[in-house]
Amino acid sequence: MTKSALVIGGGIAGIQASLDLADRGIHVYLVEKEPTIGGKMSRLDKTFPTNDCSACILSPKMADCAGHPNISMLTYHEVMKIDGEAGDFKVTVKKKARYVNPDECTSCGDCIAKCPVKDIPDKFEFGLAKRKAIYIPHAQAVPRVAIIDGENCRMIQKGKCGLCQKTCQKGAIHYDDKDEEIVLDVGSIIAANGFQIWDASIATEYGYGRIANVITAMEFERYMCASGCSSGHIVMPSSGESPKRIAFIQCCGSRSQKDGWKKYCSSVCCMYATKEAMLTKEHIADVEEDIYFMDIRSYGKEFEDYIHRAEDQYKIGMIRGARVSNLEEDPVTKQVLVNFTDSDNNGRTEVYDMAVLSVGLVPPEGAKEFADMLGIELNEYGFCKTSVYRPLETTKKGIFVTGAFAAPKDIPTSVAEASGASAKAGKYIVGKDFKPCAPKEYPKEKDVAGKVPRVGVWICHCGSNIAGTVDVKAVAEFAANLPGVVYSTDVTYACAQDALKAISEAIKSKDLNRVVVASCTPRTHEPLFREACQDGGLNKYLFNMANIRDQCSWIHMQNPEAATQKSKDLVKMAIAKTVLLEPLVGSDVPVKQVAAVIGGGITGMTAALDLAGQGFETHLVEREKELGGFARNFRHKEDGVDVADFLKEMIAKINSCDLIKVHTGVSVKDIPGYVGNFTVKLSDGSEIEAGAVLLAVGANPYTPTEFNYGKDAKVMTTLEAEKKIADGSFKGQKIAFISCVGSRSKDVAYCSRVCCSSALRNAIKIKMANPMADVTYFHKDVRTYGFREELYYMASQLGIRFVRYPVENDLPSYDGKSVKAFDATLGADIEIPVDTVVLAAGMAPNREEKEEIAKMVKVPISKDGFYFEAHQKLRPVDFATEGVFVAGTAHWPKFMDECMAQASGAASRMITIISKDKRVSEGIVASPNPNRCDGCGVCEGCCDYNAISIVDCGNGKLKSQVNAALCKGCGSCVASCPSGAMEQAGFKSKQICAEIDAFLNPAGGE
Amino acid sequence: MADFEPKIVAFCCNWCSYAGADGAGVARLQMPTNFRIIRTMCSARIDPEFILRAFSKGADGVIILGCHPADCHYIGGNYRARRRISLLRMVLEQYGFDPKRLNLEWVSASEATKFQATITNFVKTVKELGPTPLVKVVDRKDAVKEAE
Repeated sequence: MTKSALVIGGGIAGIQASLDLADRGIHVYLVEKEPTIGGKMSRLDKTFPTNDCSACILSPKMADCAGHPNISMLTYHEVMKIDGEAGDFKVTVKKKARYVNPDECTSCGDCIAKCPVKDIPDKFEFGLAKRKAIYIPHAQAVPRVAIIDGENCRMIQKGKCGLCQKTCQKGAIHYDDKDEEIVLDVGSIIAANGFQIWDASIATEYGYGRIANVITAMEFERYMCASGCSSGHIVMPSSGESPKRIAFIQCCGSRSQKDGWKKYCSSVCCMYATKEAMLTKEHIADVEEDIYFMDIRSYGKEFEDYIHRAEDQYKIGMIRGARVSNLEEDPVTKQVLVNFTDSDNNGRTEVYDMAVLSVGLVPPEGAKEFADMLGIELNEYGFCKTSVYRPLETTKKGIFVTGAFAAPKDIPTSVAEASGASAKAGKYIVGKDFKPCAPKEYPKEKDVAGKVPRVGVWICHCGSNIAGTVDVKAVAEFAANLPGVVYSTDVTYACAQDALKAISEAIKSKDLNRVVVASCTPRTHEPLFREACQDGGLNKYLFNMANIRDQCSWIHMQNPEAATQKSKDLVKMAIAKTVLLEPLVGSDVPVKQVAAVIGGGITGMTAALDLAGQGFETHLVEREKELGGFARNFRHKEDGVDVADFLKEMIAKINSCDLIKVHTGVSVKDIPGYVGNFTVKLSDGSEIEAGAVLLAVGANPYTPTEFNYGKDAKVMTTLEAEKKIADGSFKGQKIAFISCVGSRSKDVAYCSRVCCSSALRNAIKIKMANPMADVTYFHKDVRTYGFREELYYMASQLGIRFVRYPVENDLPSYDGKSVKAFDATLGADIEIPVDTVVLAAGMAPNREEKEEIAKMVKVPISKDGFYFEAHQKLRPVDFATEGVFVAGTAHWPKFMDECMAQASGAASRMITIISKDKRVSEGIVASPNPNRCDGCGVCEGCCDYNAISIVDCGNGKLKSQVNAALCKGCGSCVASCPSGAMEQAGFKSKQICAEIDAFLNPAGGE
Repeated sequence: MADFEPKIVAFCCNWCSYAGADGAGVARLQMPTNFRIIRTMCSARIDPEFILRAFSKGADGVIILGCHPADCHYIGGNYRARRRISLLRMVLEQYGFDPKRLNLEWVSASEATKFQATITNFVKTVKELGPTPLVKVVDRKDAVKEAE
């Protein structure tokens, strides 16, 4: 029997893991202990480095999750017990009493208005706002239904009240609701429990909770967010006024040996603090802001540019090398005094209106108990234990981990890894007798071609939400007399199961061939009504909605007359468009169920193994004569195992796998085609037909031109030093390590991410083997992020000398005998005699090769020369060009474990495409009328998805052609067409014009 | 003119501004009733002809609301909309039509308050401009109560 998968945790990682599994045809239980999915990301205002609105990019994913037929979303549920083993787990889950039936609740909010229990600290707002005892967690909650907080409800506690139940017209409230236990059969489990925020009150020196104007960064997010506790006004808690000076205090809870503090770096705080500082300027134009930090760790994709923008453009003060010793409060002004040591080593105090603590990330609440229950181990920091070679696996077979539960990390990494975990978890479910979830069957659609429109109209009361303001009956009567309408009625709740059934029935009994529902917003409810149409045998594109709640009754409550008129107009407009709607069928595009992976390094091989692991034929293309890529240069151990041995084992696995066909010593000549149907043409003349393509072409090491490299035998790169150390030929006694060679310079703007840690790893090796060696590490910032902070700590314990030279300065100078630099900590020039110089050389993108392939599949290159993904935050391994993916150092410099996790993520994304033998293209695509088109090509340049090509029709005439498989339905080309040849189904010009006319022409129809 | 209630067509893109308008509803942010929203998937779908048609049919103002620059669901649709609207405004002005009657704003899915403010301000602007000069007052009895 085919098993389901279990995903624990409904944050962005859990959401992505669920979606990938579900898209692969696997049924998923998504268990979330809170009443809504969305996790920490739903509480952020914007996200770095694009400053995208967090809710805007997250909400569609949440809605996808809620609407996915293969996902059973179990919110407000908790996993209690797990029995069995990989492939056959029995999971006991507690369904917590919600007291509101989510299937009946329409989220109208009437109950909340009536609830007399106020002033309960709102957990979602970190207690900065208050809520009632019955509440909807937040505006974007999914599911967006009410819940009763049993501990504070008068009815549940004392049996007195019952106001909400009396108010609820749907009868959705049940005070006798009880916790229940259910048992789920699953094949594999993904733990995506996320993290929690470090308790800032541990840092007594920073006075959180004691000093009014000291808040945490997470709280600050809620102040910034338009839907947050202060409606997007950044205010001082002491006065409610806008602050004029704000200090951001970094490493609060991180990178410290102090009691209760964490030794590791929390990886994301430098960036989020910078983001908050930048965005605050958009709220309060004349605000002054300073960020106090030890090292600024902007090691991710285009993060370095972001920091520069903050400093240069936004004029944010960067106070470097400053660990703030304590914060005090001015008892009179309530201002915050920041005490720190400045660059001249003098104690100094600066006065701010507000201080924001950049609190670190710690393991989720109850991590220990959770791990014990699952039978998995935690690492020394209390996060889920993984290994470098198996970054997504827990210590128990069949249980995988993703997101910040394994280590503090940012959103894109979590998303890529979530996909990766689902590739791994899927392997335990897609065995021989795997049956993908069957798509739902609908009755045969009625033929409406040439038929006179027969529109059925339903005007929803939404309890009193619409009817309280709008005269719903009058609107229904008005609609009944409009052209094309044969049936019009009002209904208390159009979305209720009985009403939906009535719509399906009426399509048959009244022979309707169009349906209009005037109620809430299509963004949430269109799929529901479309499904009712399909159940009634009507093509779903013959349905239309008029939004008379969110965009009418709710925003015009004081003006019922005008709101009723507006509702009539909106209904009239919707009907005018609806009579012109046509049935649409997304066309079936066949898919080649084969994968092509370009690049046979660790990344490419990991992806190939994951793809083959789920039974897909995979072609692995490598331009070198042998597999292994850049990792063949490594001479070190990870988790006690030589990288070389691991690599050998991996190559053997690839070679012994029947499903993987290896092509070595060949290059890619061209990749014509589109999603589901690519042809990868190789230099040996062979061709691979593949449904999806992964670009894992890696990056190159930077070849230094600095320090007389290549001419002076004393100068070597980290990689060369590592080789010498490994074969015992490293003889240096006085060694200088120089960081940021080929990174963070005038020519190479970015940080190469891996150099600090790799250099320190080797510096430690040298010092361990030869404690008398004199080792100096010259750096701008030390970017040993995450648990790699251990390297920095160890290096300093071993007596390695750290010299910080100013960021704006050029590299230290070297005359063949000694290295000279300005030591920013001492405030003086220093000179250190050396016999060996080790350059921590960065990574170079190998832009030319990337551009060549980029042109073949029409994907963009980032300004630094790496591949540019579809969305930096939520689509980290996808390209805007569907069916093409990226992973590893081709995307950005990264460590081996990060490459492998991302590779698995890309494999999972590819599997969502090649696991099906066909794809249904979107119905609302563009198509040109060949009789009108004169092939001018304006539309072609307009299309961001390369869906349009201008083809020669043979007689010398050029015509535009749209590939429906690639078209996303934005309609940009339609508006650009000078001859009116291009049209977008569902948004045709005459349909939109009908809406315009219906509003402006009081006579109606024409 | 105090009683002049303008008719305003508001084009919203599905992903940002339409969601922002919904958000205004969820937050019960009150605003004038003069506008009617027409939803397209992207602001780039809005053909300048739609705008001209709306004006010719008697709209007193047209507002296009899209995703913020770089936030477009369709990569760069909003940039196209911006170019088209800028051009159209120039054309309108050349024909002696006040380009203030045509507005383009960015409203993200989370900016309910910005949606409210944008609509409120635009209605105010159009009210100050008075009824559209394109349709004779006699045809606009529905909009202008007895001018006396």
